[in-house]
Amino acid sequence: MKLELRGITKRFGAVTANDGIDLTISPGKIHCLLGENGAGKSTLMNVLYGLYRPDEGEILLDDDPQYFSGPGDAMRAGIGMVHQHFMLIPVFTVAENLILGNESTRFGGRLDLEGARRRVREISDRFGFDLDPDARVQDLPVGAQQRVEIVKALSRDASVLVFDEPSAVLTPTETDELMQIMRDLRDAGRAIVFITHKLREVREVADEITIIRHGRVVGQAEAGSTNTELAALMVGRSVQLTVSKTPALPGPDALILSEVTVRGENGRVAVDGVSLTVRRGEVLAIAGVEGNGQTELAQSLLGLHPEAEGSITLGGSEILGRSVREVLDAGVGFVPEDRGKHGLIGTFPVADNLILDRLNSDAFVRRGTIRPRARDDFAHASIAEYDIRTESASTPVGTLSGGNQQKVVIARELSRDLQLFVAAQPTRGVDVGSIEFIHRRIIETRDAGVPVVLVSAELDEVIALADRIAVMYRGKIVGVVPPDTSREDLGMMMAGIYPAGMAA
Amino acid sequence: MSTHKTPVTSSATRMRRAVTEILSGSGTISFLSVLLAFVAGGILIAATNARVTASLGYFFSRPGDTIAAIGDAVFGAYSALFQGAVFNFSAPDLLTGLRPLADSLTYATPLIAAGLGVAIAFRAGLFNIGGRGQMLVAAACSGAIGIAVDLPYGLHLVVAVLGGVIGGALWGGIAGYLKARNGAHEVIVTIMLNYIAFYLVSYLLRTPGLLQAPGSVNPKTAPMQPTAVFPELLGPGTRLHAGFLLVIAVTFLAAWFLNRSRLGFTFRAIGENPDAARIAGMKVPRSYLQIMLISGGLVGLAGSIQVLGTVTTGFGSGIDAAVGFDAITVALLGRSRPWGVFCAGILFGGFKAGGFVMQASQGVSIDIVVVVQALIVLFIAAPPLIRAVFRLPEAPRTVPRRPRALSPKESITV
Repeated sequence: MKLELRGITKRFGAVTANDGIDLTISPGKIHCLLGENGAGKSTLMNVLYGLYRPDEGEILLDDDPQYFSGPGDAMRAGIGMVHQHFMLIPVFTVAENLILGNESTRFGGRLDLEGARRRVREISDRFGFDLDPDARVQDLPVGAQQRVEIVKALSRDASVLVFDEPSAVLTPTETDELMQIMRDLRDAGRAIVFITHKLREVREVADEITIIRHGRVVGQAEAGSTNTELAALMVGRSVQLTVSKTPALPGPDALILSEVTVRGENGRVAVDGVSLTVRRGEVLAIAGVEGNGQTELAQSLLGLHPEAEGSITLGGSEILGRSVREVLDAGVGFVPEDRGKHGLIGTFPVADNLILDRLNSDAFVRRGTIRPRARDDFAHASIAEYDIRTESASTPVGTLSGGNQQKVVIARELSRDLQLFVAAQPTRGVDVGSIEFIHRRIIETRDAGVPVVLVSAELDEVIALADRIAVMYRGKIVGVVPPDTSREDLGMMMAGIYPAGMAA
Repeated sequence: MSTHKTPVTSSATRMRRAVTEILSGSGTISFLSVLLAFVAGGILIAATNARVTASLGYFFSRPGDTIAAIGDAVFGAYSALFQGAVFNFSAPDLLTGLRPLADSLTYATPLIAAGLGVAIAFRAGLFNIGGRGQMLVAAACSGAIGIAVDLPYGLHLVVAVLGGVIGGALWGGIAGYLKARNGAHEVIVTIMLNYIAFYLVSYLLRTPGLLQAPGSVNPKTAPMQPTAVFPELLGPGTRLHAGFLLVIAVTFLAAWFLNRSRLGFTFRAIGENPDAARIAGMKVPRSYLQIMLISGGLVGLAGSIQVLGTVTTGFGSGIDAAVGFDAITVALLGRSRPWGVFCAGILFGGFKAGGFVMQASQGVSIDIVVVVQALIVLFIAAPPLIRAVFRLPEAPRTVPRRPRALSPKESITV
């Protein structure tokens, strides 16, 4: 079945998220939709999936115009979506999730679970998914959860499958498996739409590539295009993907973690006896697949886990057990991994967000009153220095693009006198242009003699920035390795295997 | 207390999101909600009018009768409401004519004070449903000082008002303390504290030697001493008192507090995003206590105003006059902006003053006013409905929302 989008335009108030987008997706092809975050990829797919109604344009299936008023219509028409955030119910089994929203019943309203189980087995055998229909979704690894999503789409006879940034949550191995699944599905005659901003994946599987920027199609690329060509199309200019930096000149030990143990929710041990040392003027990257304790480890550096055991000293004084305020005052800059949830207050103006953790400073508050002029002057200076693209200092920060939001966080944290800089996923969901800028800032901070802890799930970023790489797996440090370690070795370490023949 | 993890349950998040949505609506939505509520109220007035019902019996022979009856009923009721709330056209002179407006402002005074209290809690993401209890405790404190303590003119009033504010603050503070300390949900706690306050004050009012007027058997206090009463503003004949001026000052103060003070900034940050606030070094649990102290104090001020301004001849356990609940409506209608609350309070004061006149002169039940008030809230709470009715454009989204569901990172760990 051929899917065609013609002149799709979708506006939200004054913002045009999609502007006359044309797209043709043919069966037996993997069509990559490449674009920065905020380029309008997800909006386009939500239009396709019936979640948004386009203001202009039409959707055609085999030259037949379609009018979807909801995902149900889209599914019936044969469009299946694998969401970035899985639409699964964790306490239900695979089979139960399969029939969710499409429950077939037998006499007396009883669920036809047996049929669902059969279908799970059938589909998963055909594509080699290896799924147990009776396993609870919450017990499955992330990669398997994603396969449940795929099975769900396939079980409704989807002939067009949309993958919305599917690799964001996967390990490198799982990503490779996913690529294989996509190829198999393609070979079985399905049309695949693959949304991503990871160039490497595009080069690996794409048959056709469409690049979207600012809601418009800016170009089609050949399957064999290089990273640089694609990146240039994405951002509209040539960008440097590697960070130019001089070798680190590490100073004395600054941050010393010894035997740090943090319990996450439900008393589960998230960080398990981690000992690390970070020197002044070096970047220590903590690599690993998400969910292996990096989040909790970074949080414990800021004092967000007061119940953590062990010891964390910064410049000789213990910071574990101190309040967040005290840790901030000790000179810790912190970029949380989820800026929308933890780093910014979306409805607050840019200017207020820039002083969010500076309220105890005389520079901005005097006698309990915020000094608007000082705040606004600081905002204008930061906007200029960090190239924050915003209409004004009083614009709500939530309306900015991801990259500019992140620059607000970075500007706020780097404007203090730092003794330690902790950046968790600093470039997640950030456009390529901003990534470059943020990376440069991190290296500048390092060169100013500040110890930097970088937590990142992006191997490219880790390799580009790190002076040493600590790989975490299941709450433990598998090893600390130099940045020239091969991707394969790092990948193995991220799966908890210490590669044989490697020096410790 | 600082080690306690902030409980952010999904239901609380949902409620917060709903309130955020209401509070972020535009002034247009508020205005149109009021308009639409009046239209709906008009339909009710017409439907319950005897003449309209009678004329409907022969609607097809003389439809004009029905239409005229509807017109008379609705116009009569609303003009009575207006004359009772703003200006009495049949008054002999201008000052007497404006007496209804003075009455409206009198009713508005405690509503504004309590509305500000509820609004500050809303802005900080907390739901203070305990207005009734805080007002009763404050009334008891103010009343006790106003009746039993002898102080010179001026000072007596100040001490009595402060006593009430402190009483209300402490009563609200209980909920804040329990939330900070144990994560108890403030909605449940404040509702329960309403009952406790009611029966506590009832007990005080029934017990000779406590609040009960000497020599009386009714559960009612003695009158306030003249030194503890808010001075009248427009002389005898109107009840408008200096409490209104105090409330204007408090509105200024609340606007400064929310927009300019560090504590207000902290409160708003916590209200919008407690996780980000915590990561920015704000002490969220301690703030919960502060929020409820301030909120309770302002609601307590409403209680003081009731006993020292509105009803100075002694009060019973109904002294809160449902102001604590109406304050929630007022705060929502005013979108928790101090001057919005001020305007909404005056509108609702007008409803109260005008409602009585409407009932007396037109025989329209005062319940219609209550229904109109309720409809206003209902419409405000459903901006899409108002947009659909008036064909307004879709609200621009500030933060792009994505469909979200299970992912290992979803749970709130901070």
